[in-house]
Amino acid sequence: MGQRLPPLLKKCSSRQLVMWAAASRDFYPIHYDPACAQEHGLSGVIVPGALKAAFFGQLLHDWLGVAGQIRHFSASYQKMDYPGQEIRCLGRVTKKYRQEDDCLLELYLWIESGEQKTTVGRALVLLPSRQV
Amino acid sequence: MESRITQTMRDTLGIEEPPVVYEVDKSGIRLFARAVGHTDPVYYDEACARARGFRSLPAPEGFLGTAVTPREQTGRVLNGGTEYHYYGVSVCAGDVLTAVARNLDFWEQSGPLGATVMCRRETTFTNQSGQLVARVYDTQVLY
Repeated sequence: MGQRLPPLLKKCSSRQLVMWAAASRDFYPIHYDPACAQEHGLSGVIVPGALKAAFFGQLLHDWLGVAGQIRHFSASYQKMDYPGQEIRCLGRVTKKYRQEDDCLLELYLWIESGEQKTTVGRALVLLPSRQV
Repeated sequence: MESRITQTMRDTLGIEEPPVVYEVDKSGIRLFARAVGHTDPVYYDEACARARGFRSLPAPEGFLGTAVTPREQTGRVLNGGTEYHYYGVSVCAGDVLTAVARNLDFWEQSGPLGATVMCRRETTFTNQSGQLVARVYDTQVLY
């Protein structure tokens, strides 16, 4: 209980945001055009929420390896993240229980940028019982 | 105060939008994995993926293919949150998914961007064999 996942550190460059736009086919310009971001009332280009969710996906994937299966994961984007800032993707196990032959783990996920918690999420993952 | 949620918006609640086809292919998987920064070779090297029991490259978490006819986002909108639910059916390169979206709820909320309308949507992804593979719930912030 309370086990921490190995942190995943990210610092988004503008190159990464452009690659993400292509990969996600989301070309909404507030994620790469500073003038457009300001016209939309933002202080600058922001890291796309779905990319932060994908970082949670990587955090879980790297921790689970081939053994586990992700049932669900979520991300709630509470504050903005900006390119060039170091962001730390973190997680801990909040609950462990058995369901037939499987072990289910509930996790709390969050992103810290500086002193701020910008994004929070949850996940449910399944491990074969021999892994527990 | 008058609601910013229009009747036109309310009329969409629960109504399924026309299906959108998403193709899952190797190039799309590699590009997505690279954009996220994945280091696991399973997303890049097909031999590695097969050795680990996949039919082809598996879709990274959060990737459900590339829309054949994408919707262009217009107006002022931010992403408030995303939830991915999976049902134990793997998604690999070669799969063709059909996505059906609907609006589930609208509500008003004020925040740093002023008065906003929030919209929660559900998108259901089914594969070429008719199996439910994922449901995605997202919350849009219209401001």
